[in-house]
Amino acid sequence: MKGTEAFKEIIPLLTDEPVIHANGYICRESFNIKDREKNFYMIGSMGLASSIGLGVAINRPDQKTIIIDGDGNVLMSMGTLAMIAAAAPKNLLHIVIDNEAYESTGNQRSLSNSVSLEKVAQSAGYLQTKKVTNKNQIREAFQELMEKDGPSFLLIKVEPSFDKSTGRVHHTPEEITARFMKSLSQPKN
Amino acid sequence: MLSSKVFSELLSKKGFNFYAGVPCSLLSGLIRIIDDDPETPYFPAVREDAAVGLCAGAYLAGKLPVLLMQNSGLGYCLNAFTSLNLIYKIPVLVIMSWRGEDGSDAPEHIIMGEINQKLLKTSNMEYSVLSSENYEESLNTACQKIEDGLPYTLLAGKGYFNEGH
Repeated sequence: MKGTEAFKEIIPLLTDEPVIHANGYICRESFNIKDREKNFYMIGSMGLASSIGLGVAINRPDQKTIIIDGDGNVLMSMGTLAMIAAAAPKNLLHIVIDNEAYESTGNQRSLSNSVSLEKVAQSAGYLQTKKVTNKNQIREAFQELMEKDGPSFLLIKVEPSFDKSTGRVHHTPEEITARFMKSLSQPKN
Repeated sequence: MLSSKVFSELLSKKGFNFYAGVPCSLLSGLIRIIDDDPETPYFPAVREDAAVGLCAGAYLAGKLPVLLMQNSGLGYCLNAFTSLNLIYKIPVLVIMSWRGEDGSDAPEHIIMGEINQKLLKTSNMEYSVLSSENYEESLNTACQKIEDGLPYTLLAGKGYFNEGH
């Protein structure tokens, strides 16, 4: 499955969850399929989508919180997997789009072709971990993990497919903060 | 020397209600008091930049966060401060211990002790050096900056807070 196909499966499954996106093509793919006020697009600070998502999840236990991360980001902040496991927020789903590469910067290889990130998450102490390789498995895996108590980890193995003509997020960082916080402060639907 | 208890109570009074960090012996008293109080949850982070991310998430979820760290972690944080906090207007109060302040600390602290203020200035990270005379005023300044969406650092030298070990 191509990375873009994974996004086309996941995005329609979102309802009113806050979603923290890792930088690079993760933000851009998601933004171009569907922009949402509850999307936090982290355009810089590589590696920190997971800790930002953890901060949201532990302070809003009433909200199922989703992180859409990449393999490069997870490898950079592997210690954050331990922080998530230790804090153990039931309401956190950590999705990793694993293309085994730094695709936004020219497709340089990462280490996730030889390091199984879902096993790292499991060893760290995530309650649920799943790995999918086929786009037809995404919906079921996502729904199962959304129903169970987390922290949960969904690794989606994909082939690089990012089209560089895909637009960048056009909101300013300040706008992203303001609308994300506003949407989070409104009562749940 | 300022009592860690007095300062932690002042932080609570100002509305700070989320704490994360990587410990330093100079802040051990403050961290212990915060961690012991169920009203002020403290989250140990694996590295200072992960604590910046954690505090950013807490702020987005409606909390007022404090990051406790040693100046040796400043380098790890610069990308997060400049490409997250400053451009997204995500504030955080950083309480940073100042190892190597007078140049007579352990060797690993000497260079950072000399340059930490320059690094903060170069990064447009506003800060105050805490003294027993200015701590209330410094915290008030910090709160104003935080209200404007900016991070603010309070540098605390050796012996500023009573230690807890």
